[in-house]
Amino acid sequence: MIFEMSALSCAFPGCRWSVLLLVLVLLVCSALPIDASASVYPLRGTEGSNLTNVTTKKAFPVIGVNYDHVRKPFEIALWILLALLMKLGFHIIPRVSSVVPESCLLIVVGLLVGGFIKVIGEKPPVLDSQLFFLCLLPPIILDAGYFLPIRPFTDNVGTILVFAVIGTLWNAFFVGGSLYALCQIESVDLAGIGLLSCLLFGSIVSAVDPVAVLAVFEEIHINELLHILVFGESLLNDAVTVVLYNLFEEFYKVGTVTVLDVFLGVVCFFVVSLGGVLVGVIYGFLAAFTSRFTSHTRVIEPLFVFLYSYMAYLSSELFHLSGIMALIACGVVMRPYVEANISHKSYTTIKYFLKMWSSVSETLIFIFLGVSTVAGPHAWNWAFVVGTVVLCLVSRVLGVIGLTFIINKFRIVKLTKKDQFIVAYGGLRGAIAFSLGYLLSDSHPTRHLFLTAIITVIFFTVFVQGMTIRPLVELLAVKRKKESKRSINEEIHTEFLDHLLRGVEDVCGHYGHYHWKDKLSRFNKTYVKRWLIAGENFREPELIAFYRKMELKQAIMMVESGQLSSSLPSTVSMQNIEPKPIPRVSKKQEEEIRRILRSNLQNNKQRMRSRSYSRHTLFEADEEDNMSEVRLRKTKMEMDRRVSVMEGRVSHYLTVPANRESPRIGVRRVRFESDNQVFSTDRLPTAHFEKPSYPSTPDAVSLEAEFPKRVNQKTDIGPKVYASDNHQRELDYQSLARCLSDPGPHKEEEEDDDDDEIFMS
Amino acid sequence: MSSRTNRWRKTVSLEQINNLNKRFRQLSSNKETLSREDLASIPDLDNNPIRLQIINAFFDKRNLSQSEVGIVQEIGFEEFLMVLTHFQPAAMDITEDNREKLRRTKLRFLFNMHDTDGNGIITLEEYRQAVEELLSKAGTIAPETVKAIADAAMLDVASTTRGKMEPDEFYEGITFEHFLQILKTLDIETTMHVRFLNLDTANMRCGK
Repeated sequence: MIFEMSALSCAFPGCRWSVLLLVLVLLVCSALPIDASASVYPLRGTEGSNLTNVTTKKAFPVIGVNYDHVRKPFEIALWILLALLMKLGFHIIPRVSSVVPESCLLIVVGLLVGGFIKVIGEKPPVLDSQLFFLCLLPPIILDAGYFLPIRPFTDNVGTILVFAVIGTLWNAFFVGGSLYALCQIESVDLAGIGLLSCLLFGSIVSAVDPVAVLAVFEEIHINELLHILVFGESLLNDAVTVVLYNLFEEFYKVGTVTVLDVFLGVVCFFVVSLGGVLVGVIYGFLAAFTSRFTSHTRVIEPLFVFLYSYMAYLSSELFHLSGIMALIACGVVMRPYVEANISHKSYTTIKYFLKMWSSVSETLIFIFLGVSTVAGPHAWNWAFVVGTVVLCLVSRVLGVIGLTFIINKFRIVKLTKKDQFIVAYGGLRGAIAFSLGYLLSDSHPTRHLFLTAIITVIFFTVFVQGMTIRPLVELLAVKRKKESKRSINEEIHTEFLDHLLRGVEDVCGHYGHYHWKDKLSRFNKTYVKRWLIAGENFREPELIAFYRKMELKQAIMMVESGQLSSSLPSTVSMQNIEPKPIPRVSKKQEEEIRRILRSNLQNNKQRMRSRSYSRHTLFEADEEDNMSEVRLRKTKMEMDRRVSVMEGRVSHYLTVPANRESPRIGVRRVRFESDNQVFSTDRLPTAHFEKPSYPSTPDAVSLEAEFPKRVNQKTDIGPKVYASDNHQRELDYQSLARCLSDPGPHKEEEEDDDDDEIFMS
Repeated sequence: MSSRTNRWRKTVSLEQINNLNKRFRQLSSNKETLSREDLASIPDLDNNPIRLQIINAFFDKRNLSQSEVGIVQEIGFEEFLMVLTHFQPAAMDITEDNREKLRRTKLRFLFNMHDTDGNGIITLEEYRQAVEELLSKAGTIAPETVKAIADAAMLDVASTTRGKMEPDEFYEGITFEHFLQILKTLDIETTMHVRFLNLDTANMRCGK
């Protein structure tokens, strides 16, 4: 019945709601511990849960129910499945998802589910801290760290660190201290909370949460600078939070604080953060080194990335170091080397798996947050809770303004008031604060009060700030993220600028930002890459890698769009920019060329038609073809979408044929040859042609007729059938297509892949 | 004193100018003018792939004044400063107009670096040359690859700026306006700057 209802999802209005409702009901049911330990027999049942404890004889049980056997994985799977169905549901309903961020909706769902469960009388599950920290959080952080945009991050790392460290410290002490002051007020009736308790609470509630920030900022697409500032801060403040939390917890247990303890606390901070980073870096290099050897076992490559990162996280948690920083460091360090080593498919796999896991985690976290809210024992105190919310806001605003004032003295690109507002407003709290609060031992008498306050702050920031930030961003006309992909010109000039600025710094004698960046990158190239990148690829400069990626994408697009279909918009081709003077062709030669070509074209038209341009077609292409050469050539051909020949004039004639279709096909053949020649020579008409690797073809001849200075492979201009050449071209073309379905970043032997689906990255 | 240098002097402190002067003296071995050899002898520049172009930029008349074209052989401190003004950062309260002017100035500097023959257009050959220089220190690169990259870039410019072209139309080269257009996403006014703050180059202390 369920499936029928889902199938009817578009059949009648309100059906979507009913589907959602059904899903909710299912979620509820999954949480109920079904007592199905008794097996059901077709005949009268006997007592006892084990099949082996049968004392009376009965018929063989054809079917039985044993829920206990599968209970835990069943429930987990069902929760995840239903959480994802929720997520799906939100995106089907367009109006809601454009106003309310997904995180809010998920929390509401969690609340509803929790409510249902409570109504039914069962105990709703609470977000277990261990589950959260060990299973739900790492995928999100790894996803963030692996795809962290390095350039804006390193450009702003000073600002980010100041916000993360000093900002969080300020928040913790301000909130803790003010709450303590608040508690001293008689009328509030909270005298039992000591200073240390308050400070502990302050440290829990002051950290900006990466999950919440990601969830909200993902949807508003603000410019890169602001995104990286808030997001970077939320990632790097983990070290501070860990240290403060452990510190205050210890102090609370002991009861007193000495100066030595404070000093040790500071030392601890450095140990935790730098230690975490170090652990991450070590694992990152290990992963990079391992990926160097995976060329024969491509299938498990993504697993190495995931496992090494997870190990980094667990190892640092083992030593009470900052797991988040370890994870980020691991991802950042590992990425450039791993990406140079792994195949294209592995890269896509990694990307999609990371996105998938982080998406699931995020969904689960928010739903559980909602459920836990309903579940957890609450202790409400107006003054405390409201005080917390207000103080958090105030301290955030003050902190951002104060720090920006100092930071702007050192920044070139100053932070404007708008930027400050967004940074302050984007300081969302989330599940980390909740989990840390939940971890508080029961020795705290005010644990429930703290939890309630934390949840209130989380709700406030996620709901109020999360929902209003989008209209505010539009209202304030904050700069948005630019959507366009990088073009090759931008890439060239970015590198050019790097070198230029470095040069100017050297002229001024100033060892600045660019100087060190350049030194690091040269060190990287000479020593590190040699060890961590397989094959000869480590020499490849970034620009070339970028260019190859671009080529690859173009070639893939070309294959997918049906090869050289004329549906490709042709704008500019090589001949438009080639500055060489067009040699004069005598009328007689023109005529002859036209005649030859037309006759050849006629011959091959049928052939071309009958051949199927399927990329599954097997071929006997010469394996020894240099992969990159072929790729370059074909992409070049792709770029000249229109017909072009090196000698522009000739092509002009070729495009005026009797028959509309054939010239494209035929001339393409001509162009192949010329492209081939183009690659191996200079474009100057006086240059020699190197012998092309293909058997010489008659169409080359037609060009050679014009340029007698060239070395001829053949001297006669005969209407030779160049079917073989066509065939050759096509085979090469298809070999390219096939190779491209799993190309890898460098030459490698072709793999048998059963799955020809090409992932567009 | 040119107006640009004057404007810069307002945003830069006397101390920084003194530091630069010290550096100038150091580079020119206490002579009044700086020659190409002086700049070429800076050891740090050796690893820079576009070294020659940077040095040329200091002696390019187009960067020193708006109207002339050509190369000078020696520059004084005034001219040294004038070239360096191209790298000043945008002030925080800069107006939209001034920001645009700053962009044009900086992009003009870049343009001049590519346009080696001074005719106001970056031709395919010049662009190829630029890409080749850029990749020159990166080990052995096949010349076809260099050419392919430069060609791809040129095609990109042509198709962005001119759109559809007939087969017998010819795209002369990148004009300054086209150059502005293709690089407008780079935020040149904020990225093309060097920190001149707290320079004490006489001791070659590491900067921020």
